[in-house]
Amino acid sequence: MTATVRIPTPLRSATGGAATVAVDGTTVGEVVRSLDAAHPGVAERILDDNGRVRRFVNVFVDDEDIRFAGGLETAVPDGATVSIIPAVAGG
Amino acid sequence: MFLPVTYVQALQCRECGRRVDVAATHACGFCFGPLEVVYDYDAMRGVVTRERIAAGPPTLWRYADLLPVLDGPADARDAARVDLGAGFTPLVPAPRLGATIGLDDLWIKNDTLNPTGAFKDRVVSVALTAARRLGFDTAACASTGNLAQSVAAHAAASGMRAIVLVPSDLEQAKILATAVYGPTLVAVKGTYDDVNRLCGELADAYGWAFVNVNVRPFYAEGSKTIGFEIAEQLGWRLPDQVVAPMASGAMLVKIEKAFRELINLELVDDRTCRVSGAQASGCSPITAAYKGGGGAILPVRPDTIAKSLAIGDPADGYYALEAVDRSGGVMEDVSDPEIIDGIKLLARTEGIFGETAAGVTIAVLHKLAAQGRIGRGDRTVAVISGTGLKTTDAVAPTVGPTFEITASLDEFQAALSLQEPA
Repeated sequence: MTATVRIPTPLRSATGGAATVAVDGTTVGEVVRSLDAAHPGVAERILDDNGRVRRFVNVFVDDEDIRFAGGLETAVPDGATVSIIPAVAGG
Repeated sequence: MFLPVTYVQALQCRECGRRVDVAATHACGFCFGPLEVVYDYDAMRGVVTRERIAAGPPTLWRYADLLPVLDGPADARDAARVDLGAGFTPLVPAPRLGATIGLDDLWIKNDTLNPTGAFKDRVVSVALTAARRLGFDTAACASTGNLAQSVAAHAAASGMRAIVLVPSDLEQAKILATAVYGPTLVAVKGTYDDVNRLCGELADAYGWAFVNVNVRPFYAEGSKTIGFEIAEQLGWRLPDQVVAPMASGAMLVKIEKAFRELINLELVDDRTCRVSGAQASGCSPITAAYKGGGGAILPVRPDTIAKSLAIGDPADGYYALEAVDRSGGVMEDVSDPEIIDGIKLLARTEGIFGETAAGVTIAVLHKLAAQGRIGRGDRTVAVISGTGLKTTDAVAPTVGPTFEITASLDEFQAALSLQEPA
């Protein structure tokens, strides 16, 4: 099961500049672990000390915000795109 | 001559505290937390005085010392300023509204009287001024409508290109009132949060100044001027209570910050002003977290007529909760019918036609007064953030001509049940 992870600019320092990374995983949690295995240090940027997604990081599987789905347990279908996006606000 | 000095030192992450140099960036490079402008308050002390502020222009720029004015020669700083005259709006007593809802010392901060009719002119003026200093020639934003109009107007007036993204279901008046300034206006099929997400991806890609994305640390500071003005207009005193609407929560956060800055600089006496937040029940992720007590903000899919507040994923929500807790305020939300009643109540008692966000604020104010959470004698300020002329759709079903007649004296008298004039 391979997913494409889209890396935001601030995180590319940890991925050797790569804007997208292909990794294995059937859930978001597994994808993050795979990403960290390939690019050590990525996970601590995305997850807090308790292993939860940091509160200013939004993660989408295709177009679904994982907070509306199953959080880190959200399923990642084969070929899905996982987007990591810093939270922004305005209005 | 009023020449602003820059006291800006750096940007700092509100989550992990890491500092970075001033630049067009909004998220911490480590933990993605929001970056905030750091000032040298020690250098301001004794220099930034009431007199110096009063000698400034009758706009938000009278507080330039407390805004993120970026370094450079003073004349270059002035040349970069993007200013349509936003801010220093009236703070007016509201005795008739107060009498109706049981508050004896009620005031309205009337931000409908900004150049494009909303408080957003404050943040845009500050954001685009910083953006020009940072070398941008294109202004952009994700907007629920008011910001779109303000960015388009300020960009037009300063010769910047404007690229504005809005949800496609926006009120027609807000679409037209934005398009008239000639921006590239992109209506996105989706919610504001969908638009915001797209802008988050675009902001890094094209070298544009997205006022509420990559320029957001500067932009957000503009809302402090609401707090500065309230204090100055009350004779350099903080009120007892402020009620403000919340979308992202940023405006409320910055009003509370403004009060703390004034106390810190000894421009007002050190007293607590309770700052309370208002949301529409159909999009109330922040008040839900407040009432739930768990502290976690869960995003929602907005369903409310208060479209200017329809942010389901409010990034300043956590800080709004902190500001309300710190100041001793509360949070409350109200239904769409209550919002419409609030708009009409403000219009019919004080002659101020606010938009749906104003209806939210007035309805929450009414609720808090009825619940005794705002005391009858408390000096209370309600922040009315935008004009009702942009959200006439909301009141259209319930207001209109009282009678329709032909140009006949008989018909007029009959309609109004009048006798023959004496």
